[in-house]
Amino acid sequence: MLIEIKNLTKIYNNFLAVNKINFQIGKYETIGLLGPNGCGKTTTIGMMLGLVTPSMGEILIENKNIKSFKRDEILERFNFASPYVELPKKLTVKQNLEIYGRLYGIKNLDKRMNEISNDLDIKNFYEKKTGELSSGQKNRVSLAKSLINKPEILLLDEPTASLDPDIGDFIRSYIQEYKKKNKVTILLASHNMSEVERLCDRVIMMKKGKIIDSGTCKNLIQKHGRNNLEETFLKLARSKDEF
Amino acid sequence: MNFNKIYALGLRHLYLIMNSFPRILDLIYWPTVQIFLWGFISKFFTLNSEYYSNTVGVILTAAILYDFLFRASISFNMMFLEEIWSRNFTNLFIAPIKIREIIAALTLTAIIRTLIGLIPAVLIAIPLFGVSVLNLGIPLIFLLLALYLFGITLGLLVTSGLLRYGPSFENIAWASLFFLAPLGCIYYPIDILPFSLQIIAKGLPLVHIFEEMRSILMNNTVNYFNIFKSISISVLYFIFGVIIFYISYFGAKKRGTLINMGE
Repeated sequence: MLIEIKNLTKIYNNFLAVNKINFQIGKYETIGLLGPNGCGKTTTIGMMLGLVTPSMGEILIENKNIKSFKRDEILERFNFASPYVELPKKLTVKQNLEIYGRLYGIKNLDKRMNEISNDLDIKNFYEKKTGELSSGQKNRVSLAKSLINKPEILLLDEPTASLDPDIGDFIRSYIQEYKKKNKVTILLASHNMSEVERLCDRVIMMKKGKIIDSGTCKNLIQKHGRNNLEETFLKLARSKDEF
Repeated sequence: MNFNKIYALGLRHLYLIMNSFPRILDLIYWPTVQIFLWGFISKFFTLNSEYYSNTVGVILTAAILYDFLFRASISFNMMFLEEIWSRNFTNLFIAPIKIREIIAALTLTAIIRTLIGLIPAVLIAIPLFGVSVLNLGIPLIFLLLALYLFGITLGLLVTSGLLRYGPSFENIAWASLFFLAPLGCIYYPIDILPFSLQIIAKGLPLVHIFEEMRSILMNNTVNYFNIFKSISISVLYFIFGVIIFYISYFGAKKRGTLINMGE
């Protein structure tokens, strides 16, 4: 198992944001983290990235507690993209990729920058300031930044939020292709159920800080007697019972 | 320490400056205005004050040194605030860079921002008012070092506040230096302060720096013990600033404020 989350808990003052969650992610698996707003997805991702200190519980990477790694050592293996986290707006796309490439200690940085910018089709606005880009362009640049170090573990928080269907599909197809060609483990938090069905091997459903169900998309749909993942999500999100 | 990573973070701020002419202009504008303002005040006092009668430019030199301190601190704060304003905070703190490397990068880059603003102003003062900070000689290097360390310390304390309280702490960033200025005895000797405030003022490196500057310019004597004292006090404050920064960083991780910190 690459990642093991054991009894992970986060309490902010008296608010229980994440409540003793347990899950595992195998090497090269893609896991969808689903749940209504405020259910603890971002806090869980924050704890995995070392941005939030857990109140209780453990995060194990290859059976070793994440705390036992040096900060820079472990973060070199991770990366993250979210439309809610931006890159410096006044810097050009090229400058941003250069800086993050250097921060991640990438060798042959020019080659890697060329590779990733060709793959994600960002070369035509390479010299433009990031703040001047459209949402779709910004998302692609953000994804490029998150892949610059070829991370072993990629955390994606709603990577296609607020994108038109065409660009959304481009990003989803790219991630799908990237998964095939590269050895990467992905944790994807998303509200787009068709995206989750398309990309994820398994899903974890969260509600009020707890994991209420998990399994493959197909199994969950069958288990809850619904036609698709969206209907299953709605059933779980609106239910008063804990599963 | 990985110097490539320190360089990368420094480069981020250098690109920011180089990409914007108004930003460069802004860096130069305020120190230059200060030089003009204090240049004329200095000239007036030189002609009309008994205390300053034999010394041209003591006030202006003090103004330049104070501005150096001010710019160093503000530069440090500004670079940190830039990360918040651009909503880049999360990206920075999940990058494989050690906290001490972030501090080092901001500290080293702040000197470049400070000098971009101050060098033109210092050069203008020479032909316009006949005053050059270089008249302080070799001790100038040590005085600047003490000022720089203290300026960065103030920057560290303000950024610690930003980590602790979020962007709402921004206003304190601008006010922090004005709060200490009266106790710094920048333009007047320490004897002017009431005795109780003198005790507090002596705990700051500023008093020792500016007293020494006046002593060099007015009496032509250099007291290296005072200079050493000012650097030592600044180093102690700097260590204190770094500790507070680390405490705030770990506190922010506990409170979860590193996620989505933005405008």
